[in-house]
Amino acid sequence: MQQVKNDEAFVAFERVQKSYDGETLVVKDLNLAIPKGEFLTLLGPSGSGKTTCLMMLAGFETATHGDIRLDGVSVNNIPPHKRGIGMVFQNYALFPHMTVGENLSFPLEVRKMGKSEREAKVKRALDMVQMGDFAARRPAQMSGGQQQRVALARALVFEPELVLMDEPLGALDKQLRETLQFEITNLAHQLGITVVYVTHDQTEALTMSDRVAVFNDGRIQQLATPDDLYERPQNSFVAQFIGENNTLTGVVQDISDKSCTVRLDSGDVIDAMPVNVGAVGDRTKVSIRPERVEIDKTRLQPGAHTLKAEVLEFIYMGDIFRTRLRVAGMDDFVIKTRNAPDQVRLTPGTKIDIGWLAQDCRALDA
Amino acid sequence: MAEQMMAADGRTLKSSLNRALRRQKLRALLLITPLLLFILITFVVPIGQMLFRSVENQIVGDTIPRTVEALADWDAATDPVPDEDVFRAFAADMMVAVEERIHTRLGSRLNYETAGISSQFRRSGRDVEDMGEELTAQFTALDPAWQDPATWVALMADPDWIADSATAQTEPAFIISDAARDALPRTADIYADFARVTQVINTDSPTEEQPWNVVYIALYQDLIANPAPQIAGAPDGLLGAAGAAVAGFVAPDMRAAFVDSDAGWGSTATWQTIQTYSPAYTSSYFLNSVDLKQTPDGIEIAPENQQIYVKLFIRTLIMSLTIMVSCILLGYPVAWMLANLPSRQANLMLILVLLPFWTSLLVRTSAWKVLLQQQGVINDLLVWVGLVGDESRLTMINNATGTIIAMTHILLPFMILPLYSVMKTIPPSYLRAAKSLGATNWTAFWRVYFPQSVPGIGAGSILVFILSIGYYITPEIVGGTSGIFISNRIAYHISSSLNWGLAAALGTILLAVVLALYWAYDRIVGIDNVKLGG
Repeated sequence: MQQVKNDEAFVAFERVQKSYDGETLVVKDLNLAIPKGEFLTLLGPSGSGKTTCLMMLAGFETATHGDIRLDGVSVNNIPPHKRGIGMVFQNYALFPHMTVGENLSFPLEVRKMGKSEREAKVKRALDMVQMGDFAARRPAQMSGGQQQRVALARALVFEPELVLMDEPLGALDKQLRETLQFEITNLAHQLGITVVYVTHDQTEALTMSDRVAVFNDGRIQQLATPDDLYERPQNSFVAQFIGENNTLTGVVQDISDKSCTVRLDSGDVIDAMPVNVGAVGDRTKVSIRPERVEIDKTRLQPGAHTLKAEVLEFIYMGDIFRTRLRVAGMDDFVIKTRNAPDQVRLTPGTKIDIGWLAQDCRALDA
Repeated sequence: MAEQMMAADGRTLKSSLNRALRRQKLRALLLITPLLLFILITFVVPIGQMLFRSVENQIVGDTIPRTVEALADWDAATDPVPDEDVFRAFAADMMVAVEERIHTRLGSRLNYETAGISSQFRRSGRDVEDMGEELTAQFTALDPAWQDPATWVALMADPDWIADSATAQTEPAFIISDAARDALPRTADIYADFARVTQVINTDSPTEEQPWNVVYIALYQDLIANPAPQIAGAPDGLLGAAGAAVAGFVAPDMRAAFVDSDAGWGSTATWQTIQTYSPAYTSSYFLNSVDLKQTPDGIEIAPENQQIYVKLFIRTLIMSLTIMVSCILLGYPVAWMLANLPSRQANLMLILVLLPFWTSLLVRTSAWKVLLQQQGVINDLLVWVGLVGDESRLTMINNATGTIIAMTHILLPFMILPLYSVMKTIPPSYLRAAKSLGATNWTAFWRVYFPQSVPGIGAGSILVFILSIGYYITPEIVGGTSGIFISNRIAYHISSSLNWGLAAALGTILLAVVLALYWAYDRIVGIDNVKLGG
């Protein structure tokens, strides 16, 4: 996806900072442009500032510095109820003293909509989330999944162009979560709405989003499409945070445009792709995905470096095998192999050689 | 109907389950038994007894039983003042009551109904001993043996008693002979009382005391009715001579004697009062509690200058409601703030809210007295600022205003705490959700937050209202005359006027009003809508 310029973006954060106590910044210099119709996820560990960003966009927190623009208009001084942004909360926030129908009717009533029009819209919104038969129920009489569907319908019923979701599936079980992930993305694309979605679940972020912004320490570490993020992490935080990852530390020994060699702390030398390293002699963390490690020498490029490894543990996980190795003095090097008919099952104690393609091993910041 | 589920042993599943749970239930019951007993013994039973006093009226029948019986047929319409029989019965009752020193108690009881009657009882109580002495003199003149206690014992005592008392170290309780009861029923009846009083109260012996004059009156009545009574063992010829002579005696006029002692005994109203209040149970305390009066002609409204209780009940209700509403208005914002502050500050504030609880109620109330009085701090401040002239200082104490101000302050924590604990459970995301849906701050509050805080308002209101409706100390100190509650009146009847029956009736009505309001609340709002937290 091409980069969007701030002035044509539907939602734009420009040099936004936020501090709660006047001493530390929770959000440091945030710049973000979201085009219309995009499904953008803010992903990060708790305390990384992602929810604060969402709250500033919704208007419940004010930015300490900087500008937030919605459809080209600065919203810094617009109160939340005038922003017209739909919002879905983690605890659903359905009003317990109102029925489902009244909950959905509420945003239309405050907009002074007529009764018949209200009823039609409520019905359409409930049908959209397959909850048409539940209009007379109270929130307490429904399961978590049903409540979240209703909350979604309520956020959409007044037809906002932007919908914010704050970890909406966090309280649901895995299976329900997966169903709803699918439904939410479908609905968002079908209605053409822009969605800003906050989660700390990377799988959710990867499966649902057009783009993902990885937050840490009040900054966006990387803003990219899911496959970019997984396969081409820009720094060691993103590499660590997204998916499973093996990290080896060492010093850059030789560097060219497309590849470099790294001397590990154990003395071994490996091939890697320079992504975020400076010059020869810099310390680096190299990152290799478990599924990109080769145990079959014949599939490596001639002359590629290999490492000696000892099998410590073999775990059968159904679709894959997960094997823990001792590599370069480290006990937690993990490889994943597909459960195929001809796949070898490594037994603990076996000594093997492992290697990888240079482009799969990324040399990142230390 | 579904088929009944059966357990393995063939019983129905339900009864098996009950059996299994019985032990558990018994153990649970055992745990609460001490408290249950404690409450039963120290609270429920005394309260029940106290409330029973509101209808209990045995004092009249117990103190003057003969009079009550004699008055049963009396009709004030045909006979303004009862006849001699009633007065003779009354004289006998009074004599016993005076000796037992309970006639003034009856006087006080009847005085609740007719003012002035208690002094009649007191005055005639002093005179009753001498009434009828002319008759006694006539008997003595006939035969000096009549003034000899031994003669009377010979006439009245059971032979067994005579035998027993001759041998026993201490005299056994006197027993009237059946022969005396048959031959001289009235005399035997009053002599039995005489003997009992002499033995028990005066710790004397009937063998050494001459009977009261009223015993001679009874004898006179018996002999008029039956001039020739037969009692085996009576001194020879004594009864026969007396029986022949009584027709010529000057009849005792007890009516004249009583009217002479106190003119009140000649008035119809006195006897109507006694007749009206002679049953063992009465509704009069309850009628008095609502400014009604039981009269011989039925239930009437009490004279205007005596109507205070209905007014007091209404005032108590209105002021309690005012206090409750003030507590809601003052407490709601505080509770809101407490619930929305960071917990450190909220805890500090909570301590400030609870601070009054750590001070004596009396101290707090007296402090209001200092603050609110005419030469007090607030008036001084108002005068100094110039809002109020020095000559027109505000009266804020010893009236309803003082009571409302002081009680609102004292009861405020009872409103804030339940409100706070309910508000604490309302997540802030509801308000955020409402605002994100387009509601203004006010709409979000009124349509989303407020309805969820209603259970807290309900709980606080019930607490404050019920506490205030029975409040005593604060209105007593700062209420003056226009700011006192019904509870102050109850306390007055308990400790000053000693009209416990009326106090009990007022208390019962208060209890009933509270229960009725509670019931109404349950019907309108629903008691399950009350939350103290969680």
